Amino acid sequence: MTSALTLNHYLIVSGLLFALGIAGLILRRNALVIYMALEMNLNAANLALVAFSKFNKIVDGQILVFFVIAIAAAEVAVGLAIIVALYRRKQTVSVDQLTTMKL
Amino acid sequence: MNVHDILFWFFSIAMLLCGLFVIASRNPVASALFLVLLFVFLAGLFVLLEAFFIAAIQVLVYAGAVMVLFLFVIMLLDIKASERRKFNILGVIGAFSVAGAFIWELDIILSRPVQPLAGGGEELRGGLEQIVKPLFANYMLPFEVTALLLLVAMIGVVLLSKKELK
Repeated sequence: MTSALTLNHYLIVSGLLFALGIAGLILRRNALVIYMALEMNLNAANLALVAFSKFNKIVDGQILVFFVIAIAAAEVAVGLAIIVALYRRKQTVSVDQLTTMKL
Repeated sequence: MNVHDILFWFFSIAMLLCGLFVIASRNPVASALFLVLLFVFLAGLFVLLEAFFIAAIQVLVYAGAVMVLFLFVIMLLDIKASERRKFNILGVIGAFSVAGAFIWELDIILSRPVQPLAGGGEELRGGLEQIVKPLFANYMLPFEVTALLLLVAMIGVVLLSKKELK
């Protein structure tokens, strides 16, 4: 069984997922959806890391993904706590209305 | 075209479609549910790459814990679906130029032959023992620092969710 898939296939999928995440970051105004787009970016990086790990036969990429997932879990907890605290104060999560620090 | 290739195309296309729906749907609950699907399809891609442990923790941690947290906060905050709005023309131009630059970069990088890294050992089998051995030998310090970081994050969340910061 020979597979025609190369490293480039996985890297292109990863790049497209990253581009979608960036588009979400730029276009959306809901802080929670922006956060989800950020998670998509992290996952695109994870896919690239696992693909490199597989095609170079080095396990370190998968260990790095393990750490990324652990850090992302901590990051989501803190970020959502910040969003909840913001909502409690301003009654909105739209980044258009959170302009206190804007000059 | 064998089963492996067909599964790759299925998972990739389904994952990218889910990603599109995540950023396109106006209801945040729908976005979150499409993100769960995206994580599951990504776990499928990890299985195809023979990273079974990573696929398992992808489903357990991301699709399980993280997304439950997301949905919990969405329900808690009672967010209405965002209304249709006019796009800022400058924002659209900026988004497309960023995406174009990114694809251009990807094209340059992928057109060059990739040198295999030195030090590649035996074939990865994706089981636990191949990951865990270096994790507890070479990566002991980062592992412990991660534990500390999770503790700090937990304390930070408790502090942030208090009614009055004193």
